[in-house]
Formats: sequence, C-alpha cells, structure tokens
Amino acid sequence: MEFIRNFPFFSIMLSMLSGIVTSILPKKAARILNAAMISVVFILSVILLVYLNKDGSYFVYMMGHFPAPYGNEIRAGVLEALMAAFFSVIMLLSVLGGHKKLEEEVDADRHNLYYILVDMMLSSLLALVYTNDLFTAYVFVEINTISACGLIMIRRIGRTYVAAVRYMIMSLIGSGLILLGISMLYDLTGHLLMSNIKQSITKLVANGNYHVPLQITVTLICVGLAVKSALFPFHAWLPDAYGYSTVSSAAILSSLVSKGYIFLLIKIIYRVVGYDAMIISGILNIFFCFGLVAMIVGSVRAIRENDIRRMIAYSSIAQIGYIYMGFGLATQSGMEASIFQILSHGATKSLLFIAAIGLTDVSGFSRRFADLTGSGFRNKIAGAGFVVGSLSMVGVPLFSGFISKLLFAEAGILVEGKSIPTLVVLAVSVILNAIYFMKTCIRVYTPWAAGYYEDQRISFKEEWSYGLTIIGFIAVNLILGCTSQPFLDIIHKGLGTFS
Amino acid sequence: MGQNLFSNYGEAVAMLLFAIGFTNLLLQQNLIKKIIGLNIMDSAVYLFLTEKGYIVGRVAPIITDGSQSVDRYVNPIPAGLVLTGIVVSVSVTALMLSLTVKLYQRYHTLNLDEISTRLRREGQ
Repeated sequence: MEFIRNFPFFSIMLSMLSGIVTSILPKKAARILNAAMISVVFILSVILLVYLNKDGSYFVYMMGHFPAPYGNEIRAGVLEALMAAFFSVIMLLSVLGGHKKLEEEVDADRHNLYYILVDMMLSSLLALVYTNDLFTAYVFVEINTISACGLIMIRRIGRTYVAAVRYMIMSLIGSGLILLGISMLYDLTGHLLMSNIKQSITKLVANGNYHVPLQITVTLICVGLAVKSALFPFHAWLPDAYGYSTVSSAAILSSLVSKGYIFLLIKIIYRVVGYDAMIISGILNIFFCFGLVAMIVGSVRAIRENDIRRMIAYSSIAQIGYIYMGFGLATQSGMEASIFQILSHGATKSLLFIAAIGLTDVSGFSRRFADLTGSGFRNKIAGAGFVVGSLSMVGVPLFSGFISKLLFAEAGILVEGKSIPTLVVLAVSVILNAIYFMKTCIRVYTPWAAGYYEDQRISFKEEWSYGLTIIGFIAVNLILGCTSQPFLDIIHKGLGTFS
Repeated sequence: MGQNLFSNYGEAVAMLLFAIGFTNLLLQQNLIKKIIGLNIMDSAVYLFLTEKGYIVGRVAPIITDGSQSVDRYVNPIPAGLVLTGIVVSVSVTALMLSLTVKLYQRYHTLNLDEISTRLRREGQ
C-alpha cells in the first residue's frame, strides 16, 4: 500500500503537466484531456481517502532528497484527501456545466488557454491542501491568484477587466500581508515547515517570549487570508467578478478559490500557530464579529439586487461570513461546522450559478428578475437545479445547507457569551436568505403572459450534458445533506490529527 | 525601545517601505502608481528578509578557501526565499501591467474610479 502514498504528489503533478500539454493540443482534445485529468485526480483522491479512512491516520511525504527541517514536504490525512476529492468533483461539474456558455462567450482560440488556467487552478488548490511548507503555500497562493484572474478576464468585456483589476489589487494586498507574516514567522522560529514552526511557537508561548511579534505575525497572516477569501469588508471586488465572468469561472471562483484560502487558514490555525496560541491571540473574536456582520450585510445586499447572477454573488459574502463565524466560536465543534459549510456552500453555490445560466438562456439572455418570469417551465432541469440550490441555501432538511446551519446552531449554543449573537444572527440570516431565494423561485415558477419568450425553450434532450451536470450537482447536495455522518466523522478525525 | 529601533534600522526601514507601498497600492487612483506601490511593498519584504539573513563578517555559503566552519557562512535560505519571491512578484507585475494596457486601450484613462463610473453609465 506504500504506492498509494504517492497519490497526492501525482495529483498535483498530473494537473500541472496536463496544463503544459494542453497548450499544444487542438481545442476538442484539450477539453477531453481536462475532463479526464480532473476525473483521474478525483479517483486518486477517493482511493487515498478510503485508504486513510481505515484507521484515520495521516502520512508525511518527503519531496526531493532532503529530510525534515531542510526539505519540502507533503502531508496527507483524511481531511486533506476529502478536500481534494471534493474540489476535483466540483471543478469537473463546473467546467462541464459551463461548457456551452464558454463556446458562446469566449473566442475559439482562447479555449485552450481557459483549460490551462483551470488545470493551474486545480494544481494550486491541491498544493494548498496538501503542502506542509509555508513558503510553498505562499507560492501556490500566488499561482492561484494569477489563474483566478485569468479565469475572470477570459471573457473579454470591460466589466470583467475592471473586476479582474479589482480582484488583483485586493488579492495582492492580501498576499503582501501573508508574505510579510511568513517572513516574520521564519525570522521568529527559523523554520518553514508547519510542524517545526508549531514546535517553536509552542516553546515561545510557554516561555512568554516574543509575545508582541508573534501576535503581529499571526494577525498579518490571518488578515491576509481573510482579505483573499473575501470576508466582509474586503468583498468589493466579488459581485462583479462572479457576476460577469463566464459561468464556469464564477462557479469555480465562488465554490473553490475562496475555500482553498480558507482551508489554508484552517491549517495555519491548527498546524502552524496551534489552537491554544490562536485563542490567546484573540483574532478569532475579530473573525466572529466580521463573520456576523457579513452574514447580514451580504444577504441585505442580495435582496436589493435586481440581477440574478449578482444576487447569487452577494449571497456568497453571507456564506463566507458563516464560515468565519464558525472559526470565531473558538471550539472544535464550531470549526467542524465551518468545514462542513465549506463543503455545503461549495456544492450549492456552483449549482446555483450553473442553474441560473440555464434560466437566463431561455429569457432572452436577460438577468433581470422581470424577464425570468416562468423560466423554470421553459428550462425544466435548470429550474429544478435552482430550486434545490435555493432550498439548500435557506436550510431546508434533506439538503446540505440544513446540516451546516444545524451544526452552527449546535456549536453556538455551547459557547458562553457568543450563543445569543450566534443564534440571533443565524436566524435573521436564514430569514433573509429565504426572502431572496424564495422570491426568485416564485418568480421562476410564475406562469408568464402569452407570447413572452414563448419560443425559447430548452429540453433535456437538446442539452443532455448540461442536464446531467445539474443532476450531478443535485446528487452531491443530497449526498451531503442525507448522509452527512460519514463526512462529519472524517472531518472530526482529520481535525484530530491536525492538533 | 529606541535602542532596538536604532540597532535594527534595516528592518525599521523595511517596515516603513512596506507601509508606503501598501498605502499606495490601496489608495492611489492611478493604476500605474498602484503597481509601483505593489513593487515597493514586495521589495520591502525582500529587504526585510535579506536584512534578517545577513550577519556582519560572514559570507555566502560557497566554499572557496577550504574553510568548512559554520561560523564563516550565513544561512542561504533567506536569499533563496527572496529569489522565489522576486519571480512571483515579476509575474504578478507583468499580469497587472498587461491588464492596465487593456483597460487603457478601451477607456483611454488610467483612473480606476473613472472607468467604474463610465461602466455604470453604459450599463455593460
């Protein structure tokens, strides 16, 4: 079984290599190679997950020829394998579901470039998930930023250029802070590998040395990653970037890119700084406050929006607020709820983006609510997908969103002093979610006046691959919602090996 | 406190430069000035790393005179980190500059606010 230990390395290298090969392939072959590569990465990750889940263990894989304090390392445990499998399946569905739109919106000679960017994105996400080295993490954070910027501006209109510039500026501010934080951490501890840094920090905290520099360092890294993952109030770039880029990009950006940074943050909290030192630093309380505000502000902005894509984008801000609120609870169960929310939001938000595009396609390509009237009848599978996504976002049982909200409430009740704000804001946020998602669902299923986009209908037979993608997304959602216990066990075991 | 600041003036300058670059990147309206801010910010981090990695009287770890004593050489890792960082910041700068060119060709201005206002007016 030793061979399985190579799988994390194989997944990262496979996605990088296929990016390089794609540049010389014809368009159709590029598309097939991309789908095949993501599927292979998914299968490898699932095998790794099953292998590790037998005893809930983890292993450290040496990169290159130098052992621990000098060389580079990969660390793979159940949680990492779960994340890798999840990222690859969502990416596969997003790319397949947005393929038709890509043909329409992006020049034919740029399709290869798009697949290269997707490959780079996947490899950087996998590297962020698996790496055990902070500086490697920084480099892949930048690769992630560059490919995300490319995914935004692949559709060449003014809006996407401006969105890309705004995204780059915010991201660069974030990565500047991360780089400074990592440099200072290296200066304080003399190590770059996560486990070695943690040993040194534990010693520093126990002796009470370098309290202020440590505090500043932790703050810099945490704020940097929060800026990059669009926590309120750093979300200004988000609605345009998600709202106007081609739909696969929007789905990938909202459900994977910000989640990659958040997963890195979780690793830093547990494996670099250490959970106890993190609680002493007090930064989790700041996350808690901003998370609560984001949950309300994102939803209120979404209610006021008259453009379906931008509405879904604003809803992302609220959902990221949930994740940071879970961090802020500063308990193991709060963190587990946040990780489940990463899965649940990733599966739901990409479904909503892909389904919304099916609805706008049968409404004269208009994204305004007035034009969407009755579009659920004209494109049945997209309508069904949108309803499932909405129900999950609102937190109706059977769907994944219900489990994550339940976990947040359960975790919140147990925390003294934070239980009332958590529960109140959670309830308000769910009601606000219900307002704008149910409003849209009702609009989509309101019978329309005769002659109104009557001829624009899309049946399942015409676009079976799009339909199958939506069915795939719905299946992921139902699996997460109905059989959540195995996933929760994996998250619990994985976090156990982290600390 | 004042003593520390004076003896570590390299690091103090680096932090000052970082703040200058950061503010420029965040607050300047002109895209080119923003990119200059980005470069100042990144260079400040590299200055910080080099300053931390250098020990007076020691040389780079390349054996030329047969001396293998650890006290003679500095740790090469900070220099390695700076080199990696420079590669990253060059590619990011190139991307930002190419985006700026695209925006300038389309809107004939480098002011991001003005471009946003015009976009809102045009609705696309």
